[in-house]
Amino acid sequence: MSTAAAAPEPDTRTADAEREPAREGRFAVLQRVAQGELGSLRVLIGLILIWAIFTIANDRFLTATNLVNLSLQIAATGMISIGVVLVLLLGEIDLSVGIVSGLCAAIMAVLVEQHGWAAVPGIAAGVVAGAAIGLFQGSIVTRFGIPSFVVTLAGLIGWQGALLLVLGETGTVNITNPAIVDLAGTFYSGATAWIIAAVVVAAFALSSLDARRRRLRAGLVAATPPVVAVRVAAVALVSFGVVAVLDQDRGLPLALVILIAFVVVFDYVVRRTRFGRHVLAVGGNAEAARRAGIRVNRVRITVFVLASSLAACGGILFASRLLAVNQSSGGSDLLLLAIAGPVIAGTSLFGGRGTVWSALLGGLVIGSISNGMDLLALPSSTKYMVTGGVLLAAVVVDAAARQRRQRAGRV
Amino acid sequence: MTPLLALHGVSKRFGAVQALSGVDFDVRAGEVVGLVGDNGAGKSTLVKVMSGIYLADQGEYRFDGSARHVRGPQDATALGVATVYQDLALCDNLDVVANLFIGHEELSGGPARALRSLDEASMEKQAAELLKTLTVRLPSVRQEVGLLSGGQRQSVAIARSLIGEAKVVLLDEPTAALGVAQTAQVLALIKRLREQGLGVVVISHNLADVFEVVDRIFVLRLGRKAGVYEVGDTSREEIVSAITGAEFGQGENGRERER
Repeated sequence: MSTAAAAPEPDTRTADAEREPAREGRFAVLQRVAQGELGSLRVLIGLILIWAIFTIANDRFLTATNLVNLSLQIAATGMISIGVVLVLLLGEIDLSVGIVSGLCAAIMAVLVEQHGWAAVPGIAAGVVAGAAIGLFQGSIVTRFGIPSFVVTLAGLIGWQGALLLVLGETGTVNITNPAIVDLAGTFYSGATAWIIAAVVVAAFALSSLDARRRRLRAGLVAATPPVVAVRVAAVALVSFGVVAVLDQDRGLPLALVILIAFVVVFDYVVRRTRFGRHVLAVGGNAEAARRAGIRVNRVRITVFVLASSLAACGGILFASRLLAVNQSSGGSDLLLLAIAGPVIAGTSLFGGRGTVWSALLGGLVIGSISNGMDLLALPSSTKYMVTGGVLLAAVVVDAAARQRRQRAGRV
Repeated sequence: MTPLLALHGVSKRFGAVQALSGVDFDVRAGEVVGLVGDNGAGKSTLVKVMSGIYLADQGEYRFDGSARHVRGPQDATALGVATVYQDLALCDNLDVVANLFIGHEELSGGPARALRSLDEASMEKQAAELLKTLTVRLPSVRQEVGLLSGGQRQSVAIARSLIGEAKVVLLDEPTAALGVAQTAQVLALIKRLREQGLGVVVISHNLADVFEVVDRIFVLRLGRKAGVYEVGDTSREEIVSAITGAEFGQGENGRERER
């Protein structure tokens, strides 16, 4: 009976296998856009729209000088956003990243400027302080099962106090250490910038070819050479394009190179490593992850440690650009912009969906809006309302996509 | 033939409720056993004892002929007892390959190992092969699981239990909430698990499904074994009366009053 049942089935299977990929291929893109997937495509279109509007409103917007400014403005926030993406992927939130960035920058500044530490140990101390804060908050969240929203809200207030304490009576520390100043003050122009871009393109091409080779060796369908060529060409176009534009002014800022390097590394961690897969699994279905043997709490704590450490890195970049740490460092709207960026660029607030690149893309969108409105000399009232409106729109799109998915999933 | 998994005299009490009393159960390789009973008969408790979630108060857990101490789900998994829960425990945001290997991800060899890189190619290949042996049809192994149909999701959940070299698969209500075509898909998959020589335990309320796919029917009633029937030698009426206790004597009714 079993052989009789098994025999005809492979035929139907091959017939289906031939039919179904075609069906998938034709509708997949449309379907995914409709379901709110392909967030990066949506945000690219949005970005082009924003740039077009501001260019029409003010012809200084798309100049090399302004674009260099823009890239410096987004570097610190984007760095903090990388950590926010990790936390959001987990389905949690960290409201303390803004103030932690200020506190860790203050720790670094006080050690370097008032206690005579060298730049590298000072920066390391700031980042370690961030890691310790993340360890503390993550442990509380997992040990007592308190929503991360509440724990990090307490952190937001508590670390503000710690910031005032560290800064002492003067309330501000100026940064004069050349190594730290150079983080945001270094620009690569000419040959150096072009070599950096060439290295990026070459690395991307090599990794694409390697992935293709692996898939072919395993006997799987792989991207065809023209597809690989188009992808590499696109990366080359963007990389060399950015260098060509920025080179007309001061050049490629080191801060932007650092941000992109961090984005690439953490994108790799999320998409290509076991740890990243576990983060996505916990964000998608924590109970399923637990039953599959994933140590859910360890993953959670690690992500909180990373988020706070990245916040510290962002705070240090900020301090380097502003040449000072003061009582308002890490405060104001920094936290909300750092969270709004990834959400605008398609990282879900509900966990499990999103990419590290959304930190950079979302940072660009928010940064462009803020920078463009500054150029137009719009009042703060308008800026806040516009930024709030953009964030609300992004969150609505995210929530609507989730509702559609849930409805579709039940069919 | 020695049963693959056997329980002898298993009892389990939750406070005042005697969920299981002295139950014997066994499943052989290449056999599908249906576990049926009314609500509260102890089906879920029995399965949770088998999957290691509950520890029995009394009784013996034997696997492959020898007594084992199962102290938790990890022990059962290590023996080769895989459980597919009714809620499937899938991550909707991940694709089929990622779900199949969740918790057992493979890392690349060679220099890429230093980077802790996942071996996606190898996992995708194994996933495609596994799904092919089971004749599970999916649009793509890279499809997000949240976008699959109920039957496909159930199939993925069942297939996942085979990644870890399972010998016994426990299925909790695999056809509940599925349409006719999808139910047929899942039942066909259960038959293929039997062909692969696995021991399969199916909990179900649906006697039509049970009669279509199982070899033996194990009836639980009020925490006791009410009978084991070969599918060929029994009728639906007999099973129903065993489930409801219609043919049982005063002793059974007496116990019912105690509860």
